[in-house]
Amino acid sequence: MAYENPDGIRIGLEIHVQLNKLKTKMFCGCSTDYHNAAPNTHTCPVCLGLPGTLPVLNKKAVEAAIKVGLALEGEIAEETQFHRKNYFYPDLPKGFQITQYDFPIVSKGKVVIEGEDGEHVVGITRAHMEEDPGKLVHIGSIEKSKGVLIDYNRSGMSLIETVTEPDMRSPKEARRFLDKFRNILEYLDVFDGNLEGAMRVDANVSVHWGTRVEIKNISSHKGVERALLYEIMRQKNVIRRGGKIVLETRHFDEGRGVTTSMRTKEEAEDYRYFREPDLMPMRVTDWIPAIKDTLPELPDAKRTRFMEQYGITDMHARSLTSKIMLADFYEGVCAKGVDPKTAATWAADVFLGELNYRDLAISSYDGRTIGFIHAKDPEIENSFKVPDMVELVTLFAEGKVSDRAAVEVIRTILDGTEEKTPSQIIEEKGLFKAEDDLVTKAVAETIAENAAAVQDYLGGAEKSLNFLVGQVMKKTKGTADAKTARELIVKELKG
Amino acid sequence: MAKWMSVAQVKEKIKESSAEEVTASYLEVIGKSKINGYVTVSDKALEQAKKIDEEGHRGPLAGVPIAIKDNISVVGLPNSCGSKILEGYVPPFNAHVIEKLLAAGAVVLGKTNMDEFAMGSSTETSHFGPTANPWDLERVPGGSSGGSAAVVAAGEAPFALGSDTGGSVRCPAAFCGVVGFKPTYGAVSRYGVVAYANSLEQVGPLANNVEDTAVLMDVIGGYDRRDSTSIDSKTEYQKALVDDVKGLKIGVPQEFFGEGIHPDVEKAVWDAIHKCESLGATWEEVSMPNIKYALASYYIIAMSEASSNLARFDGTRYGFRENAENWHAMVSKTRAEGFGAEVKRRILLGTYALSAGYHDKYYLKALKVRTLVKQDFDKALSKVDLLMAPTMPNPAFKIGEKIEDPLTLYLSDVNTCPINLAGVPSISVPCGFTDGLPIGLQIMGKPFDESTVLRAAYTFEQNTDYHTKRPPEVA
Amino acid sequence: MITKEDVEHIGWLARIEINEQETVEYMEKLNSVLEYFGQIDELQTEDVTPTYHVAEIYNVFREDMVEECLPQETVLANTENKQDGAFRVPKIG
Repeated sequence: MAYENPDGIRIGLEIHVQLNKLKTKMFCGCSTDYHNAAPNTHTCPVCLGLPGTLPVLNKKAVEAAIKVGLALEGEIAEETQFHRKNYFYPDLPKGFQITQYDFPIVSKGKVVIEGEDGEHVVGITRAHMEEDPGKLVHIGSIEKSKGVLIDYNRSGMSLIETVTEPDMRSPKEARRFLDKFRNILEYLDVFDGNLEGAMRVDANVSVHWGTRVEIKNISSHKGVERALLYEIMRQKNVIRRGGKIVLETRHFDEGRGVTTSMRTKEEAEDYRYFREPDLMPMRVTDWIPAIKDTLPELPDAKRTRFMEQYGITDMHARSLTSKIMLADFYEGVCAKGVDPKTAATWAADVFLGELNYRDLAISSYDGRTIGFIHAKDPEIENSFKVPDMVELVTLFAEGKVSDRAAVEVIRTILDGTEEKTPSQIIEEKGLFKAEDDLVTKAVAETIAENAAAVQDYLGGAEKSLNFLVGQVMKKTKGTADAKTARELIVKELKG
Repeated sequence: MAKWMSVAQVKEKIKESSAEEVTASYLEVIGKSKINGYVTVSDKALEQAKKIDEEGHRGPLAGVPIAIKDNISVVGLPNSCGSKILEGYVPPFNAHVIEKLLAAGAVVLGKTNMDEFAMGSSTETSHFGPTANPWDLERVPGGSSGGSAAVVAAGEAPFALGSDTGGSVRCPAAFCGVVGFKPTYGAVSRYGVVAYANSLEQVGPLANNVEDTAVLMDVIGGYDRRDSTSIDSKTEYQKALVDDVKGLKIGVPQEFFGEGIHPDVEKAVWDAIHKCESLGATWEEVSMPNIKYALASYYIIAMSEASSNLARFDGTRYGFRENAENWHAMVSKTRAEGFGAEVKRRILLGTYALSAGYHDKYYLKALKVRTLVKQDFDKALSKVDLLMAPTMPNPAFKIGEKIEDPLTLYLSDVNTCPINLAGVPSISVPCGFTDGLPIGLQIMGKPFDESTVLRAAYTFEQNTDYHTKRPPEVA
Repeated sequence: MITKEDVEHIGWLARIEINEQETVEYMEKLNSVLEYFGQIDELQTEDVTPTYHVAEIYNVFREDMVEECLPQETVLANTENKQDGAFRVPKIG
């Protein structure tokens, strides 16, 4: 059934993505590897905007933009060029930003997301290239700033700004769009979303098909969803009280989870766009066929293939392809001959779940080892090896370990500091599956010791059965197979 | 040591004595200067010359001193652009042309005075005070590369580099009686040259004669990967120095002999054209009807680009800073104090011409007029090989005479700025005098046909003696 | 014609502080120049394409190759207003 969008919500996004997989910045040869560097150590006369310097465009940045355009099923402009956007800000060393204006490299694309009512198409208005400004650090808070420190390491990084149509109808759809969009970019290998400031989002939202409000510079997908939820509630309340929504720009306070009106400027901005006279226009239509050939299998195509090739469910395929490195890891495991369905359950349900629980983000995969870093503290790192997953899945499939024990093994590896194989861990922790008679004994004991629970269960309280299973597991120190234990209890009590 | 020497003579002198001695002799002349041509005299020049002596005079300009306009970046020397706002700024990199010069063995004597940010035709708007014209110390040397032209005319450097956005090399060359050359747009890298109007300007030589101009072009010209507008024309400039104009067709555009032209200038230029005729060239009048709109178009484009180029001077990273309680106020005060009156006027006009509601009326319209002006050049140069006209309609004016009325000053660029709109090469060579003040002949050619322009200029020079005259006041 | 308000507005856009007296002076001088610029209005240019650049060059690129950066002390050498390796300026607003 079609989603009716009862509150008339329209959400559009503007997403700035740093092409941080390039080796150098957009217009100069400075390295993009500045994330852990001291301030102003990754700069040169060009990205510092020193008088007399000139920009020269990084060819790979254009190729990346075309890749993105093709992946978004957009049109690549026959002729495209750069403009200057003139405004004053301390992070902008030239007093203007080199960007694209009326001739963006990409226009009219689309992304299909899992919407409120199944597949939903979000239109891409345009995607264009521009340079990143430097970074400001306020001494004290923004409100009570005593001064500002400027680091131009980020200045001149290549950005792609993608503008969507206001096609999203709920904060959840906005978040799904962002997840999908980020996923596509990671598939294209133009972008590492784990790096600080790699993706910044401006969201505009209106309710009851009314005036839109823009929320600036939100740094996480979760933040976008929260900001939108708050903003929709705020707008609905303004209207409920008979007020009017004004066209404005708001700031999202991540800490408090609220949006606040940004101080309106005394004078309206006028960016005085004009063509960047130091850069020549581009005609890149010739490049498209070759770039098309290099495009990797994208998430939707991979998902369909996984379902067909491995016979796994749509849900598992979706999870496994949500990160290119996870998909590759899964295929690495399958290639070793284990049952793909069992492997999918372990990789998608358990393994990914444990990563998310720990706030670990997948950050690398080299064909054998998948690595992760902590989403908030890049110092915390860990990894998991294909052979370990293969061994674990095999042990489980052969019935040598219980599901609970297998989970325990995954947790141990993720929390551990020493390198150990699953069998070593199973050995050390005594996790081998209990013998059948041991389980039968535990079941008998449990029934004898828990008369009340047994009565409840026989009286129709299914919950009590779970309790009894839990008791069996306790007695066997988790080595029993929960499913077997459950079957045994039912058989014993109900015959 | 002779005060005025050609580059060939300088090289001869270096062979006889040393690069160090030659540099020292120029520094001595500079020390007695009456013209305020240098903003900075390099304290490393002697050391550099000595090093070249030690290394054995390698490179086509080994030990030859040169003066550099103060908007061209040289490592270790202040780059002020004649402005207070760049007070104390020393670039950590060399302009492309400087790299080429240093590789050729040239010795940088110092940085020469200019109109602030190259905005002017008189070198009066410099924060460092005006430069005097060596032919009459009460008159302007022209601008904006007035310092470069004046020091060459006064024998304080054998040759110099300037930059030409709307006539800034050719105007002072004409006023100071030296040769000034603006190459085709793209022929010389702009990397390291502080931008005034990016789509119009080129670096160009100022020298005592056409040969030295070609020598310098052979060093500084050519492709540079750091300038996206750079073009590899593969021109060999010195090969163009042939004393022969037989068969060359010269076009004379009447529009360059407009109202207000000094009769002596008009006569001197016609004499020059007839001289070429006597040497075997032919001439015909050509019509360029849109030239009269070139000046307005030029100024709108230049000011618009400038308003953006000069936005980086905000007191944040280098140069002069006026303190204030917040950044925006600091920037507004810094720019109010740091820029001179003419620069501020041009920034404001350029900002206006690009602003919402006026962009199409001024900026876009000016770009369309530029198309018409360029078409005039294309059409004229399809019929003839060269165009000849006065560089400046009048000789050098008195210091202070035009400074109060910007428009009057702008009007003096009427014959030089159309060339920048079209991007074609153009040279100014001495072709006479009026009341002891030099007159310049302007020779314009087809894009990247520097060779024909230089050949005509060289032939004219070989058959006249205007370029051998020296200003008596500084002799 | 540029008005007093226009001068104030473009002064703000260009971040050049202009006092009362200067506003009037600018108004006069800028208007005399704009009046001269107005002569291009005579030309019919509907069908004329603008010339942004005389050089008709397309596709100028550099390869994605790392070059040396400037040392931090060189970057900061032209200012006294620095702290902890960064440029320091007063608060923004």
